[in-house]
Amino acid sequence: MSLEKITDPRNMKHWLGHMETDYRYTLGIAGERFLNEIKENARIMGSKCKKCGVIYVPPRMYCEECFEKLEEWVDLGINGEVYTYTVAYLDREGKRLAEPVIYALITFGDAFGGLVHKLGEVKPEEVWIGMPVEAVFKPPYERKGSITDIKYFKPIQ
Amino acid sequence: MFGKKRVAIVGAGLTLFRRNLKETGKELAYEAAKMALDASGLELRDIQTVVMGTAPDAFDGVHMKGEYLADGAGARGKPYVRVFVGGGTGVFTPLAGWWHVASGQFDTCLVVCEEKMSSCFPHPAYAFTTIFDNILARPLGTTLIWIFALEMHRYMHKHNLKKEQIARVAVKNKKNALDHPCAQLGANITVEDVLNSEVLCWPVQRLDISPTSDGAAALVLASEDVAKKITDNPVWIDGVGWCIDSTLWTNRDLYYPDYVEYAARMAYRMAGIKNPPKEIDLAEPYDPFDYKELHHMEGLLLCRKGEAPKLTEEGVTQRDGDLPICPSGGLLGVGNPIAAAGLMKVCEVFWQLRGEAGKRQVPGDPRTGLAQAWGDLMQYGSVIILRR
Amino acid sequence: MSEKIKSYPGFRIRTADFREGKVPYVAYRPKVRYAWSAGIAMSRFLEELKNGRIIATYCNSCGRIMVPPRVFCEECFKPADGWKHVKDTGTINTYSVSFIAGDASRIKEPIIVAVIDIDGASPGMGILHKIGEIDWKEVKFGMKVKAVWKPPEERVGSITDIKYFKPVKEETL
Ligand SMILES: [Zn+2]
Ligand SMILES: [Zn+2]
Repeated sequence: MSLEKITDPRNMKHWLGHMETDYRYTLGIAGERFLNEIKENARIMGSKCKKCGVIYVPPRMYCEECFEKLEEWVDLGINGEVYTYTVAYLDREGKRLAEPVIYALITFGDAFGGLVHKLGEVKPEEVWIGMPVEAVFKPPYERKGSITDIKYFKPIQ
Repeated sequence: MFGKKRVAIVGAGLTLFRRNLKETGKELAYEAAKMALDASGLELRDIQTVVMGTAPDAFDGVHMKGEYLADGAGARGKPYVRVFVGGGTGVFTPLAGWWHVASGQFDTCLVVCEEKMSSCFPHPAYAFTTIFDNILARPLGTTLIWIFALEMHRYMHKHNLKKEQIARVAVKNKKNALDHPCAQLGANITVEDVLNSEVLCWPVQRLDISPTSDGAAALVLASEDVAKKITDNPVWIDGVGWCIDSTLWTNRDLYYPDYVEYAARMAYRMAGIKNPPKEIDLAEPYDPFDYKELHHMEGLLLCRKGEAPKLTEEGVTQRDGDLPICPSGGLLGVGNPIAAAGLMKVCEVFWQLRGEAGKRQVPGDPRTGLAQAWGDLMQYGSVIILRR
Repeated sequence: MSEKIKSYPGFRIRTADFREGKVPYVAYRPKVRYAWSAGIAMSRFLEELKNGRIIATYCNSCGRIMVPPRVFCEECFKPADGWKHVKDTGTINTYSVSFIAGDASRIKEPIIVAVIDIDGASPGMGILHKIGEIDWKEVKFGMKVKAVWKPPEERVGSITDIKYFKPVKEETL
């Protein structure tokens, strides 16, 4: 067939649009308790499988290994260690940040998993894998039950 | 001939269906999957593969939703796939589970469907806007209900039907749902209630429609060898069929779903069924709207074209009728968390054939049942036939 | 094991619980925008709409004249054989009357939407559009309709270059 090309690019047809959706994510059974403990008690909790002995952080409602429902919660304290980290120099839009931000995966003893968070009160060149860190919480009246109720993790002196 | 191995369903699980549930999608998937496992007597370590079904990522608002849900579905470290065929997903997912086992590759398969539509607001219908043709339909302001209304009206016109004949389906299914412990919208309503409900998009009125819901459902499938070891009453997957038409829905006569007929014929051929109305003891056709149940009964060859409203009027499709249709209460009564709703129908047929449906049990010791789901732009059909 | 199951999982909450702060949640609005290119067939179709004409493609193998036009025949799975103008009149195949907007809010003037089988195309080749200049109670299946075009200077190459279809008497076609 004569699939004539439209040579004038101004005639290139397109339609603009977007999805008019907003989202509201519930925290779930385990997530709600986890964030509530951070908000009310400034502590990091894990959930423990009685059968396998695995402690999950962030806590899950179920054991991924054996599918037991997890009812037992364990206080992990506020101290962890840097498992791996990266230093971000650009923001999400690709613009240069005034100050680089250090993001780290922080693990807690033998618990399975960890938390991704920022590191603070430390320079990028001073961070090392295995470095002990502790959570710095916002003051109680500023806490909303969000992962950002923890301002950042800082090195333990 | 059809696959190497015969495949059985050996357990089913279901959460409540509600407008909002607090659990995350993962947690819902877990609850249904765990219940199905417990019912089958198997443990997660006995499961060799997992098949997940869930509708567009835009409902949960989670991209890579299949991957996100995997651990809740018990799939971590296992062969896993997420399937998606729009509204047809809920019945298609156990079909995909079937070929995993029928092929001989696996002996056990966990099938899980989840939907958390409440994440999307003000209404999940917004997430649907991009299913329409971006060039031809969206600029006109097309909404989801338009297309159903156009199909329903065409169906009514072709068979000269009145709204009251169609409203009976909503009355029946909402009543059936009163006996379903997971139901969101079980109710005693009358035909008049339906006819007096708000007109949204003629001929579609408020009570013609199923709700939006959160929920999950699950099944455990096993090969014949395994099934016979763990249960005395397996329910066999004896027929499967699926079919798609194009998205060019304005180019076909909407009064009849040819793609459903194709899928049904495929499933009947495999199950050796020659006379569907006689050989099918109960059916769960897809009923997101009341007319859809009728439309699908016809597409499934459970009656002649245009005859479904008459059978409904005569009470044939009631739970104690000759051909019980949607004894669960269907999507209209139990609720419509898309993929989970389709799988809920398969769960219902499973429980009915095992005689475990409690207050919903259809009389007459049913041996053969069918579930069907429909999806996309008036274009997808998936059919499963179960036998005791 | 429906009857053997004592209770079904699921923690029910109300939509109002979010408003009233009883259930914590994380809110998010995706910041994505899209531009869908019209592609080969639709670009030509939209150009023709700008000229006040509806164009189809045809397939010589099955003899179908296809609206909306596509570059391939999905029946024969081969390229379409050419372009052909069809009429801007047609027949109402099915219709519906919408009393609500996309966000489910009530609208004052109901919108009549229809699938219109286009004259000159193969039977059953319809497009989706609106019906105007008629009370919704008067609309009938099989009614003959004709496109009402925006004035040429207002047309931009969009399906909305046709304002709507209006009923016409058979003999005026
Ligand atoms: Zn465990
Ligand atoms: Zn052709």
